[in-house]
Amino acid sequence: MANGTAVIAGKSFYEEGTTKSKSGIASWIFSTDHKRIGLLYLISIVSFFIIGVIIAELIRLELIAPGETIVDAETYNRLFTLHGVIMIFLFIIPGIPAVFGNFFLPIQIGAKDVAFPRLNLLSWWLYMTGAVLAITSLFLPGGPADTGWTFYVPYSVRTGSNVIFALLAAFILGFSSILTGLNFVTTVHRLRIKGMSFFKMPLNIWALYATAWIQVIATPIIGITLLLIIIERTFGVGIFDPTLGGDPVLYQHLFWIYSHPAVYVMILPAMGVVSEIIATFSRRTVFGYKMVAFSSLTIAFVGYLVWAHHMFTAGLSETAAVVFSLLTFIVAIPSAIKVFNWVATMYKGSIDPRTPFKWVMVFIFLFSIGGLTGLVLGSLATDVHLHDTYFVVAHFHFVMFGGAGTIFFAAMHYWFPKMFGKMYNEKIADIGVYMFLISFLTLYFPMFLLGYNGQPRRYFDYLPQFQTLHVISTIGAWMMLITITLVVWNLIHALRKGEKAPDNPWGGVTLEWQTSSPPPLENFEEMPNVPNEPYDFSHLTGIKDGSK
Amino acid sequence: MEANNISEHVTHRHRDDVGAKLGMWLFLFTELLLFGGMFLAYAVYRMKYPQQFHISAMEMNTTMGTLNTIILLTSSLTMVLSIAAMQKRNKFLSIIFLLSTLFLGTLFLINKYFEWSHEISKGIYPGSEVLLSKQNGEILYFGLYYAMTGLHGLHVIIGMIVLVFMLVFVINDNIKWDDYVKLENAGLYWHLVDIIWIFLFPLFYLIQ
Repeated sequence: MANGTAVIAGKSFYEEGTTKSKSGIASWIFSTDHKRIGLLYLISIVSFFIIGVIIAELIRLELIAPGETIVDAETYNRLFTLHGVIMIFLFIIPGIPAVFGNFFLPIQIGAKDVAFPRLNLLSWWLYMTGAVLAITSLFLPGGPADTGWTFYVPYSVRTGSNVIFALLAAFILGFSSILTGLNFVTTVHRLRIKGMSFFKMPLNIWALYATAWIQVIATPIIGITLLLIIIERTFGVGIFDPTLGGDPVLYQHLFWIYSHPAVYVMILPAMGVVSEIIATFSRRTVFGYKMVAFSSLTIAFVGYLVWAHHMFTAGLSETAAVVFSLLTFIVAIPSAIKVFNWVATMYKGSIDPRTPFKWVMVFIFLFSIGGLTGLVLGSLATDVHLHDTYFVVAHFHFVMFGGAGTIFFAAMHYWFPKMFGKMYNEKIADIGVYMFLISFLTLYFPMFLLGYNGQPRRYFDYLPQFQTLHVISTIGAWMMLITITLVVWNLIHALRKGEKAPDNPWGGVTLEWQTSSPPPLENFEEMPNVPNEPYDFSHLTGIKDGSK
Repeated sequence: MEANNISEHVTHRHRDDVGAKLGMWLFLFTELLLFGGMFLAYAVYRMKYPQQFHISAMEMNTTMGTLNTIILLTSSLTMVLSIAAMQKRNKFLSIIFLLSTLFLGTLFLINKYFEWSHEISKGIYPGSEVLLSKQNGEILYFGLYYAMTGLHGLHVIIGMIVLVFMLVFVINDNIKWDDYVKLENAGLYWHLVDIIWIFLFPLFYLIQ
């Protein structure tokens, strides 16, 4: 490609930094380069993901037989709380925006960096502070929180465990999330390259933009809510304490006003990545580009108004329950628009089913199951039966791990050549995808059946008739562990021994494929060409099966 | 365009005042929502215990509250004047007005200190025996009073720390007549602190 050849002489961002120290750890942890910050996030987030996975394995091992197996009930409560806090606040909320958003948002809009590079670095430092606080509580007397990641009052006010640490951690992580959000909104508004209007932006940018707005609008609510619990625990002002006249249900409202939009912070960026990958590997513009772009904004907006569907059994008025149930059904529409448009994009496309594309196929399958079971939970009558059962656990893991988690892997495989300038072994990577699908279904599908049959969630013990399904699920957890190990090992191996990657290995047309792999410090040696439409493959007819 | 790019590349300086202000407004928006959660709690409990909120509000010292309102409003004025002085290239006057803003902020905090200690001397503070012997609505009123004015006070302190930095920047010529977006953003933050007080004042002191 014309743009690729011009930059051979240039230095990549690995060789040229923004700090005084040229190498060593200081050139990373004090760097304001968005690409280095993205990689800092990648290392930290993957590390916490692995800790979260190990805890999950312990939970599944405990559940292999009824009664106490490896840990007691108290420890079990701490384990699932820690698993939730780590996976939600440290992995899946920052996951795609902080890693791939940081790395690719400026490149995809042709900018040199984000609008506030120093703020960007600060948000990583805040992230690490929050993470350290969450982990520290493990080693303190009293032990980590045992409240569940939802911190419901009154138990979170009464328990003797170190809830304040977990709350402070979540508060600080929220602050970090807000800073990333306002940085991205400003970047998209101010730093688009000349010629890139809003409707020429890649859909990944639309998704990140919508996500950033949710981060800005919703996160302060969880901030104040968690702060109020800290105040409650320290001073006993009574705002959520029923003995002093407070209302615990008010806490649930405030908590879910953030935490429901937060699930869209988790899934929206994943949806953006899906649009990119499907367009690239179908060699075709995304069907209904504008509708997919708007559906991101619609999800962000309507997603803000559905929070009380987590509280149908908490004593809502009938009117409120019906309204929230209706809104929940409405929020399914933009998600469905996306899924149908992705499938329509593939129609008559020239599909090249490489590894990232396979991950996306797994995503569409798992996310559809997760999304549809969400509607089962959103209906009032069925929710009364399924509320707080393993059905919810299964639904949540299908949309979050099967959705956002799968796309984290997809994005990793899609952008790996660009980020590190190396290619991975695609055969092993493909095997990883197949194994992922099989182990995922073995691990989580039995949970739908468990929940339907009445097994409550968060219990460390269960009735003997549930054992078969629990054993299948635990075996699935071991398979998942093997899969993740294989996938991560394959990528680490590629980092060290992989072939050199070309600038545009997949034949993509968004701007990141116009620069070298890995990109130079200020992203482009010469200003990239902005195409007339976001996914214009007409001039790439020469590249049919990747420009290897 | 090309020449412009090269010079930017050499100096590595990127300046975007509009972007900086956009970022600041977004941040202020999150601050409003942060307090929004507390205002929501206030609204809920006022609806639930109107009578007891009435009794508690009678105990508030409206004079002190009014005085503090006047002080904060005046400090917003001096803040604006400081920026205006900077625009008119009058560095000295800008410093004087910044110092007055800091002085008024301190005055506000001193006032607040006396107000709180007056309540505490009456035995009214979270968890105290006097307060716990009262009705639920009154406990909540004072709980919210301490939480909301406390968080606001914390914001006043943060605002003053920011202003001290601005003062140093103005003295060092880091903020100049043709580059004062930092000062403007600090001003915006200070006005936010002011406007939140404008809402706290009637809710706790005036509505009885």
